[in-house]
Amino acid sequence: MVRGLLGKLASRSLSVAGKWQQQQLRRLNIHEYQGAELMSKHGINVPKGVAVGSVEEVRKAMQEVFPNQSEVVVKSQILAGGRGLGTFKSGLKGGVHIVKADQVEDIAGKMLGQILVTKQTGPQGKVVSKVYLAEKFSLVNEMYFAITLDRKSAGPLIIACKKGGTSIEDLAEQHPELIVKVPIDVFTGITDEDAAKVVDGLSPKVADRNASIEQVKKLYELFCKCDCTMLEINPFAETSDNQLVAADAKLNFDDNAAFRQKEIFALRDPTQEDPREVAAAKADLNYIGLDGEIGCMVNGAGLAMATMDIIKLHGGTPANFLDVGGNASENQVVEAFKILTSDEKVKAILVNIFGGIMKCDVIASGIVNAAKQVQLKVPVVVRLEGTNVDQGKRILKESGMTLITAEDLDDAAEKAVKAIAS
Amino acid sequence: MARQAARLIGNLSSRLFCPKQLQQHRNFGSPPPPPAVFVDKNTRVICQGITGKNGTFHTEQAIEYGTKMVGGVTPRKGGTEHLGLPVFNSVAEAKAEAKANASVIYVPPPFAAKAIMEAVEAELDLVVCITEGIPQHDMVRVKAALNKQSKTRLIGPNCPGIIKPGECKIGIMPGYIHKPGRIGIVSRSGTLTYEAVFQTTAVGLGQSTCVGIGGDPFNGTNFVDCLEKFLVDPQTEGIVLIGEIGGTAEEDAAALIKESGTEKPVVAFIAGLTAPPGRRMGHAGAIVSGGKGTAQDKIKTLRAAGVTVVESPAKIGTAMLDVFKQRGLV
Repeated sequence: MVRGLLGKLASRSLSVAGKWQQQQLRRLNIHEYQGAELMSKHGINVPKGVAVGSVEEVRKAMQEVFPNQSEVVVKSQILAGGRGLGTFKSGLKGGVHIVKADQVEDIAGKMLGQILVTKQTGPQGKVVSKVYLAEKFSLVNEMYFAITLDRKSAGPLIIACKKGGTSIEDLAEQHPELIVKVPIDVFTGITDEDAAKVVDGLSPKVADRNASIEQVKKLYELFCKCDCTMLEINPFAETSDNQLVAADAKLNFDDNAAFRQKEIFALRDPTQEDPREVAAAKADLNYIGLDGEIGCMVNGAGLAMATMDIIKLHGGTPANFLDVGGNASENQVVEAFKILTSDEKVKAILVNIFGGIMKCDVIASGIVNAAKQVQLKVPVVVRLEGTNVDQGKRILKESGMTLITAEDLDDAAEKAVKAIAS
Repeated sequence: MARQAARLIGNLSSRLFCPKQLQQHRNFGSPPPPPAVFVDKNTRVICQGITGKNGTFHTEQAIEYGTKMVGGVTPRKGGTEHLGLPVFNSVAEAKAEAKANASVIYVPPPFAAKAIMEAVEAELDLVVCITEGIPQHDMVRVKAALNKQSKTRLIGPNCPGIIKPGECKIGIMPGYIHKPGRIGIVSRSGTLTYEAVFQTTAVGLGQSTCVGIGGDPFNGTNFVDCLEKFLVDPQTEGIVLIGEIGGTAEEDAAALIKESGTEKPVVAFIAGLTAPPGRRMGHAGAIVSGGKGTAQDKIKTLRAAGVTVVESPAKIGTAMLDVFKQRGLV
């Protein structure tokens, strides 16, 4: 429901001077319950909730955490939006249910271990390993809150709107003046004045103003401390007992900060990711799985994107994006080759290397070694240029491998597409 | 954005109409004129991270190419020698002793932002940061610091560097594919730039200066900064711009090109037409989300500004040659 909302908001509220840069979605996504735990650790009010992975845990949670609740919200935990309107492959409709306390065990049992298909998961759906049992409380008011790293102001930007919820996109289009933006100076940090401006933008009806200011400051601290690239809370709600609560949150984290955010990156759930991408991440490769027939191995993200583009131009379909980067070792090249050859859809492989930091002889040795380790069933087109190109070409020639060599990008793409046809 | 373009146009026109200012530098003993596009044969370069694997390899290459490498910085190794160059403990020392005015940074991500700041505090003219993977929160602070001063320019991070063929190579690009010539190249990508270089060399046009601005969302130099220089550099007769999905740098560039009314041919290629929405394609900055930052939008905007946008990355060189022929420049 809230996924991509910020991006949509950004694209709606445009003016020549205040054109928004669109925000990035980072690779690391965490589950709703993990986000709630993280926020709670940082002093932010979140609904009472507990994540459970089995029916026994459900029973325990109901006794210990919700002994007196008449109703509880049972939410499937998958890394995709559209849960409410999704359908389980087993037939159960809806990934989020509000049920009476005595029905919780039953409905949770029907969700756990099942596959939920939503608009955002694709037809294959995602497995529900955990459900989140959350407090049901009555919301007096729903507001919108987000923090991002804004490219235009080259710094953190807090966005607040007094009306949140699902119709926020329409609101942003019709009433852009209701969207309050507060840039924060990175050196000063968030001042009381900044936080007050945000709270004025949120315009809570019943929540204590000072307490709200503190919540805003804590959210900003979390954003910085955890290397978030985006933090979106929709709805940021007021409850009937005058509390400001982050009822649903989406947090994205900077992959580049993994080395100093070990705890957060340990939250990564590989069951929610494409297995090819999990294997690639293990080998420290930059890989995105697609649906086509020509597997690509390229050095450099721009060149990798361009290689996908030119394959399409010649009538082929790229099977993946893969950037081996500048510092790839021979081992990584072998791993990359293994991932490409293990993809059943791949009918030909295109290696396009223009060596700068990457050395052509390293790539060549990697290809030769990989070919020895895997059963090479598909044609391989290789185009090498740049640092140590002569050594690279010689290594390939002396290997005796059947390779199709290409001179430039056009030639390489054409040959790859032809290789599939033949 | 329009205000920024107007300011740059004002800058350009004051330079075009005040050529006398150039004469002031021709006195005997005074420093050489500043480079047309950030670097030239007079640039004196130190390497931060010189004793590391990448620092060593690329400093060797730079020396071989003819770049004026004058020293390196590795904390705690000051006083030693590496590759025949003096090593210093700090940028400030290196600047003072070796009279350096530029630095190239090959330092791992956890320490790279600090290395950039050290160079900025030492007031070098130019810092080129090659490192990929610097946390965005770090770069946001670096950018905020850069915006508070005007002495030091940062190129990068996550970039291949900058080269003036035949004069100065700062970065990881393979020198041999370049040829001194007439085309200015500015790009967000590293290896895709080499394609453009290879092609412009192959068609006989060569390059004046090539700047890799890098793929990060928070960087020191953008398209408009380079275009501003290219537009008034007499050696640059044509410009190649290589962009990709994400952000609005290409749109800002299109606005500047349009308002400048330049007659220099501009050829562009935008990578990522086939990129799936919502996924980060390698570069931190390359993302399409919320329908904005798409390759289609950028291509449309650039074409409206009179830029020749090629569909195939293999046609950059030939497209430039065609335009040169049409305009009677070859």
